Amino acid sequence: MAFSSSITTIPQTLNFTSSNKLSLSSSTTSFHLSFPSFQSNSFKTITTTSPHITRAHAPPSPVTTTAASSFHGLCYVVGDNIDTDQIIPAEHLTLVPSNPDEYQKLGSFALIGLPDSYSVRFVESGETKTKYSIIIGGANFGCGSSREHAPVALGASGAAAVVAESYARIFFRNSVATGEVYPLESETRLCEECRTGDVVTVELEENRLINHTTGKEYQLKPIGDAGPVIEAGGIFAYARKTGMIPTR
Amino acid sequence: MASSLVPSTSFFHTKKDLSLSAFSSPSSQRCHKHASKRITCSVAAPQQTQRQPSSTGSVKTAMTMTEKIMAKASEKGHVTPGDNIWVDVDVLMTHDVCGPGSIGIFKKEFGQDAKVWDREKVVIIPDHYIFTSDERANRNVDILRDFCHEQDIKYFYDIKDLSNFKVNPDYKGVCHIALAQEGHCRPGEVLLGTDSHTCTAGAFGQFATGIGNTDAGFVLGAGKLLLKVPPTLRFVMDGEMPNYLLAKDLILQIIGEISVAGATYKSMEFVGSTVESLNMEERMTLCNMVVEAGGKNGVIPPDSITYKYLEGKTSVPYEPVYSDQQARFLSEYRFDVSKLEPLVAKPHSPDNRALARECKDVKINRVYIGSCTGGKTEDFMAAAKVFLASGKKVKVPTFLVPATQKVWMDVYSLPVPGSGGKTCSQIFEEAGCDTPASPSCGACLGGPKDTYARMNEPQVCVSTTNRNFPGRMGHREGEIYLASPYTAAASALTGYVTDPREFLQ
Ligand code: SF4
Repeated sequence: MAFSSSITTIPQTLNFTSSNKLSLSSSTTSFHLSFPSFQSNSFKTITTTSPHITRAHAPPSPVTTTAASSFHGLCYVVGDNIDTDQIIPAEHLTLVPSNPDEYQKLGSFALIGLPDSYSVRFVESGETKTKYSIIIGGANFGCGSSREHAPVALGASGAAAVVAESYARIFFRNSVATGEVYPLESETRLCEECRTGDVVTVELEENRLINHTTGKEYQLKPIGDAGPVIEAGGIFAYARKTGMIPTR
Repeated sequence: MASSLVPSTSFFHTKKDLSLSAFSSPSSQRCHKHASKRITCSVAAPQQTQRQPSSTGSVKTAMTMTEKIMAKASEKGHVTPGDNIWVDVDVLMTHDVCGPGSIGIFKKEFGQDAKVWDREKVVIIPDHYIFTSDERANRNVDILRDFCHEQDIKYFYDIKDLSNFKVNPDYKGVCHIALAQEGHCRPGEVLLGTDSHTCTAGAFGQFATGIGNTDAGFVLGAGKLLLKVPPTLRFVMDGEMPNYLLAKDLILQIIGEISVAGATYKSMEFVGSTVESLNMEERMTLCNMVVEAGGKNGVIPPDSITYKYLEGKTSVPYEPVYSDQQARFLSEYRFDVSKLEPLVAKPHSPDNRALARECKDVKINRVYIGSCTGGKTEDFMAAAKVFLASGKKVKVPTFLVPATQKVWMDVYSLPVPGSGGKTCSQIFEEAGCDTPASPSCGACLGGPKDTYARMNEPQVCVSTTNRNFPGRMGHREGEIYLASPYTAAASALTGYVTDPREFLQ
């Protein structure tokens, strides 16, 4: 992970849009994150299905109506050390993400490896998309293998961001490189503060997570080193911008 | 995390490098937090953000091994942990699971007609899902083959006839072992692979780490990658290794001590008289599992044992490097190996450490010996040694999956010391084990439903592999005890998790 030593906070102009993500049927692993400046409508549109989410779009807190980039929707809460086998079990790794159908399928299997103690499934059987747009995890999220299928499956399922206490290195790196999910770190153990189904908003500029169900707010860590690369639009765009590889 | 599980940790202590105390902390997440906090702090104190650390004091040039390799590969005189540098890649490895995706990204980004940056530096090894009728799995190997032909890739270890691996002379098996056996692991070089256990090659004093498909797609075209220089944790292991311990016990000890996130973003360097006494395969076991502690890479200083192993395997000149005396380590851990006991990692985490003897009442259903961690020639030799010493038969199904074709041949041809000339395969047969299977990743990561030895039932398995997260070997409710080949063989003989001293002393 981590690409620049000049870590300050997120550039103020950094807005997360997901236009390419949601039209993903045509695209591959979509590392073309676009981060246009000062775009006002930069919600990750979680308008996919559920009525909950529609409701959640009119949240109590006024901050979500600012121009800041934010993600908003229901959260799905997991514990520590959620490894890549739980995110996408190895039997599904034959799916190649650059193939649109297989990308869809990967999304439908997201987090299917969680043990039965998780009584609520992340993606309900028969569905291809999740109704949870934000995953909240504990420490060391995404540990295990280097499979890029892990962030891709989460992104393909329709999740916008993971907010975890910490990440395994390769998962973080893959999330940034592919732009599939936004890997954010929390200051506190949010997995003990939030419950699956809570309505939450993540505000990138403010580094803040608001749980509308409980009415509490939490501080997130700045995205830091990954900023310049994400801002450029992933590793390829970054390399082109800096003259490392020729522009096409 | 798991450290409370082991009663005696008196042989273990941490020496903190005071000059780096801002970074030193018992938990890696904490370390990481500190690292980022340091910078975040500078946001709070803007007057300091512009100042380079080196301008505040004397310039340090001492570097760790990992720093030196990365400095060399980026043509810099000096690098410091935290630097983001473009590193020239000496070898890029990919396999059937991540290769097709990486190739897709390479073509999309560099163009359909693009050529890889160096046809001799790309190594492609089908190994994960080979002996299966799963169509997509088979198709993925076809994608690799087409790409290798199109690009004239020099090192492609193909398999065409799945019915009998032996008629595929090019086919090797598990990538990390094949890389070593085919001479692609060389001291001082940079090896990137689309597999988290690429760190195995650190045993050769190489910087080796796992990357994702997008990064690999980039490397295929550009031959370089932006990497962050990790700080190094040093593990000093001294003392004579008791005859009932293997490198697997050492790394389970370390992971249990520092936790599955204890080395996140960091390099782990293994030194000391015990490490010097280990053969290459045992050193590979040590480095193989650094990723289970979250590590970016592991390294062992190359020595005569390394050079001997490399003899005849590579004609590429290489330049070993070593940590400077004054090099700065984030922290240093010391172990007296002679006091360690055989260990296991209980379900469902590699840091859930316990003494094997503490688990003697855990009834098991099966034993699995295989993978890049525990499926090498020395691993089968070790298991055979236990079976030979006991003279008994196994009480549970015991599955043997040699990592590579070369290991398979060794199992069938090398005499086991003290056996009067018997091979491992003969000893396994006498002990009632399953016949050694075709070399591949096998059930180490579950795989398609028809994978040999996959856990399709919620059973309890003692395994020489590296991960025991839920579902890793197939069934989500399966329980995996990670152990050394000695402990695995001893457990097979009793049907319970068993300390190998019951048979070896
Ligand atoms: S043997 Fe297991 S850990 Fe090793 S490369 Fe294969 S799947 Fe990965």
